[in-house]
Amino acid sequence: MIRRRLLQGVATAGLLLAAQPLAAAEPIKIGSFLSVTGPASFLGDPEKRTLELYVGKINAAGGVLGRKLELVVYDDGGDANNARTFATRLVESDKVVAVVGGTTTATTMAAIPVLEDAQVPFISLAGGIEIVEPVKPFTFKTPHTDRMACEKIFEDVKKRGLSKVGLISSTAGFGASMRNQCLKVAPERGIQIVADERYAPGDTDTTPQLNKIKGSGAQAIVNADFGQGPAIVTRNVKQLGLDLPLYQSHGVASKSFIDLAGPAAEGVRLPAAAMLVPDQLPDSDPQKKVVLDYKTTYESTQNQPVSTFGGHAYDGLMLLVQAIERAGSTDGVKIRDALQATKGFVGTGGVVNMSPTDHMGLDLSAFRMLEIRGGTWKLLY
Amino acid sequence: MSPGTRTKIAVLGVLLLVLLLVPILLPSAFHLRVAALVWINATAALGLALLMGQAGQVSLGHAGFMGIGAYATALGPKHLGLDPLASMALGTLAAGLLALLVGRPILRLKGHYLAVATLGLGILVHLVIVSEVPITGGPDGIQVPRLEFLGWRLVGPELWYGITGTVLLLAAWLALNLEDSATGRALRALHDSEIAASVVGVDVARHKLVVFVIAAVYAAIAGGLFALFNRFVTPDVAGFLRSIELVTMVVIGGMGSIAGAIVGAALLTVLPQALTLFHEYEHAVLGFLIILFMVFLRQGIVPGLAGLLARRRLA
Repeated sequence: MIRRRLLQGVATAGLLLAAQPLAAAEPIKIGSFLSVTGPASFLGDPEKRTLELYVGKINAAGGVLGRKLELVVYDDGGDANNARTFATRLVESDKVVAVVGGTTTATTMAAIPVLEDAQVPFISLAGGIEIVEPVKPFTFKTPHTDRMACEKIFEDVKKRGLSKVGLISSTAGFGASMRNQCLKVAPERGIQIVADERYAPGDTDTTPQLNKIKGSGAQAIVNADFGQGPAIVTRNVKQLGLDLPLYQSHGVASKSFIDLAGPAAEGVRLPAAAMLVPDQLPDSDPQKKVVLDYKTTYESTQNQPVSTFGGHAYDGLMLLVQAIERAGSTDGVKIRDALQATKGFVGTGGVVNMSPTDHMGLDLSAFRMLEIRGGTWKLLY
Repeated sequence: MSPGTRTKIAVLGVLLLVLLLVPILLPSAFHLRVAALVWINATAALGLALLMGQAGQVSLGHAGFMGIGAYATALGPKHLGLDPLASMALGTLAAGLLALLVGRPILRLKGHYLAVATLGLGILVHLVIVSEVPITGGPDGIQVPRLEFLGWRLVGPELWYGITGTVLLLAAWLALNLEDSATGRALRALHDSEIAASVVGVDVARHKLVVFVIAAVYAAIAGGLFALFNRFVTPDVAGFLRSIELVTMVVIGGMGSIAGAIVGAALLTVLPQALTLFHEYEHAVLGFLIILFMVFLRQGIVPGLAGLLARRRLA
């Protein structure tokens, strides 16, 4: 009898001892919902690979606050309704500490009410300005906005001593949104929009619109779109012999645009993230090391070229990890406070300085002005 | 009791039992949300099951009607200052009228012209929602105001579980009654042979039109409920893939079976959530399961299983 009690006592003590380090080493759960499949998969796939790659690296280096990270990723297929369901699941079932995800503006906007209600810090990887304007207490984002692209382009137009711009945009999501932002910021930047032409996503010819711009007295052309549209506009501008500076958006910042547009792309300028030209950055550039490191790590493990989109996920994860470390806690409100106190964080997208009223924290220096020369990108400034 | 009444009581009884059991077994907000989505999808699939199973017509743009219901509910309060419920009612009416307008000329023709027409209609609705950015919010979607009823703010998954469940129960009851009525019998007759049906005095075109309008109204109600429950809608709700998903729900569950439509909706809504375990292979597994169902239960799950049971009882 006594022996049995003794045994029980030893067993209980043993269990307690075993339980102690177990509780301390419980992983920190980070949730994510991304559009890994579907029309936005070219964004979602590198994002997922990046998150998995770096959570693995962080864990190998000892984790955060002495605890391992555990990543829970769901694929919303680009459907906003799925995104909301998965956001609910991350909060209710997985009980994640924070969320880094939301590939598109639609999926992000659908999930925001769920995560705000649960007071879970959320770093979105989507571009739309409405994500952080008006500022929501627990919502942050890493990518540049369309408005910044417009501002950067107009800054360059001004530098060339020009002021009359002909705008040509696609009626689809990205193009329409950037057009609105460009129209909004043009007066602030001393730019006059003398033509505002639009084309539908599937159009194979834009010469009528460009001819109107030609007749409007425009001194430069700005094209807001991504995918095939910009390549068509670029070729049409050359075919019409329009001798005006042509600006594309950050939406074309991939090698396939140069391939599609061919020699017509020569001399086209665009605002883009440092990720496109890591080798051309001067050594004094604070972003050079971060961007080169990410590029080498990603390309050596994933066997595919690096993209700015994966970079957004890298920035989101690193911002969060640093905020958790500074907060010294996994409490949602404390992480949020630490996140919005972020100062001087150097990411792939730029240098981030957050505040309670700015949940993106990027300024125009995050965009570089590039020109296409000799079939490749040339960093101007 | 006629066999029709017996099926009716059995289907409604099982449905009521499931509706009551789910919140007891799975009380988390996430599970209740998925369940509410099942009830909403099932409501839309029910209407389509009537159209496909009873009238033998296919609608390939059914999500378009869902989209009309959903966007009416979202836009009425925003642009016209209407009550969300009133907007939902208007949206449902609009969807019904549109179905009447489109169906009237087309359903006079024999064959599957309705499939082609609805395909175009669905894509048109989606196109309008995507491109009219100032009105609809475009591809990024739009917020739906909170529903208030007699000063009560209707929020929380438990409440919406109840609301959507009750609507489905009502919808199923009406569908079963329709199936068991003179209209239902006329529909089945014209499904088997339009010539034979018209010989015995069935107005073929009119009956098809009635079911088509009913199906559109069901979809619009489901869309409106979805908007109110989700409080956020995107053009996906009216997308072509959603239309195909609805047709798949009906086919997998068993064409012509009211219970089948609900089972099909439940399967296609719950499976993607359950299959997240398989990570990368999720879609492959989902496709494989659908193929298995189609190979081994060719008439659909509910009629297929019922047939198997009956055969075993005989043997």
